[in-house]
Amino acid sequence: MKKFKHSEITPEKIYYKRRSFIKSIGYGLGALTLNSVSLINANASNLNEPTSYEDITTYNNYYEFGTGKGDPHRRAKNFPTRPWSVKIEGLVDKPLELSIEEVLAIKSEERILKLRCVEGWSMVIPWLGFSLSELLNKVKIKPNAKFVEFETVYNPEEMVGQRYPVLNWPYIEGLRIDEAMHPLTTVVTGLYGKTLPNQNGAPLRIFIPWKYGFKSAKAIVRIKLTEKMPNTAWKNASPREYGFYSNVNPDVDHPRWSQATERVIGESILAPRIKTLMFNGYGDEVAHLYSGMDLKKNY
Amino acid sequence: MKNYLKPVVFLLLLWPIYIISYQIFFNELGPEPVDRIINHFGEWTLIFIILTLSISPLRKITNSTEWLKFRRMIGLFTFSYASIHMLSYVGLDYRFDFEPLIDDVLNKRFIFVGFSAWLLLTILALTSSDMMVRLLKQNWKKLHKLVYVIAIFGALHFIWLSKTILFKPLIYSLIILFLLSLRIKFKKSI
Repeated sequence: MKKFKHSEITPEKIYYKRRSFIKSIGYGLGALTLNSVSLINANASNLNEPTSYEDITTYNNYYEFGTGKGDPHRRAKNFPTRPWSVKIEGLVDKPLELSIEEVLAIKSEERILKLRCVEGWSMVIPWLGFSLSELLNKVKIKPNAKFVEFETVYNPEEMVGQRYPVLNWPYIEGLRIDEAMHPLTTVVTGLYGKTLPNQNGAPLRIFIPWKYGFKSAKAIVRIKLTEKMPNTAWKNASPREYGFYSNVNPDVDHPRWSQATERVIGESILAPRIKTLMFNGYGDEVAHLYSGMDLKKNY
Repeated sequence: MKNYLKPVVFLLLLWPIYIISYQIFFNELGPEPVDRIINHFGEWTLIFIILTLSISPLRKITNSTEWLKFRRMIGLFTFSYASIHMLSYVGLDYRFDFEPLIDDVLNKRFIFVGFSAWLLLTILALTSSDMMVRLLKQNWKKLHKLVYVIAIFGALHFIWLSKTILFKPLIYSLIILFLLSLRIKFKKSI
């Protein structure tokens, strides 16, 4: 029997990677030729690398300013965010109305969190913000309160999208109280170390990283504690397609598109889709909120 | 002069290619380039379906048969753009990963009608030559009435993929419905 020298044998690990190796050569060659004609606007493909400021601030779903992704950037420039106040009311002992200055006085920290849109794309955004629980702890929630409702400002003069019945205005979103009190549920006041741009929901928005992007209401004027499940905007528009929970879940498809994979914003044409993670990758932190729940039914 | 007309129209009909090439070379596809390419060719396919459907009405209105010369060319362009649209979805977006794609075709109604429309377009493209016209005789005309079905499928494809009732799919659908309604009236008046 012929004896092989150790050096002649391809290690198992590399052997099994041979396909991806050949593939990567293909992509590499492709990238080389295409790069030379500036086909690629790729940044490095490190997935924890934040998406560029430009992409985060020019590619937005914010139907109050129009249904095109570029509309909010173009049309929100002169949106007035001062004076601004946010009411916290409903089933609370001490209803509050905070001026935006008072909200911004609460210490914000950088939170690099991933945004997964229900349309099948994602961004990594270095938000500035603090946990919503800090605000909710100020009002003494009554024991019969079960949900938190967020209301976006209604201002069709400035928000041209609100002149059309694309959705039932004002935009309503909501969370269960335990979801709202979770430390990852963030009141956002800025991004990339700067004040929050208007197209991203200035002067303050909410961000829930384990849910599809539309759950994170923008330009909030009212936070209301309720006993009944809020009639949220997209669920209201199409209950079959959008559930109240809307947790990122690769196993539950949207009727119109698969949720198993996603496209990373800012990647080149040649970059493949990546696998979508349960709870957008925040399962360790939030899965316990849903223990015993059928997430296929409660989508 | 007349000999130049066809090549000139041919070059004009390449317009969607010029636009996308420009955007590719000058890096103007935006943050979601693959999506941009897919949508670009999808929308232009619908526009070309509308162009195809406009030929007969134009002939009646202008009382000139000149228009008919371009109908096959426009039809084949429609098929080409539909194919690029489909292939960029299959190849660029899903990397020829057929499992999720087959799943999409079977479970997502907008993809089902879109894919069906492309299959029908393929049939029309394959039977577009003079030889096929002669071979199929009377049946050729019947077969190519499938373009009406394709137009409706195309409009449905756009409406169903939109998140809410949006302006563009609505406008395209109305134009297509209008062009189809002309057919009904013409038949009665003959």
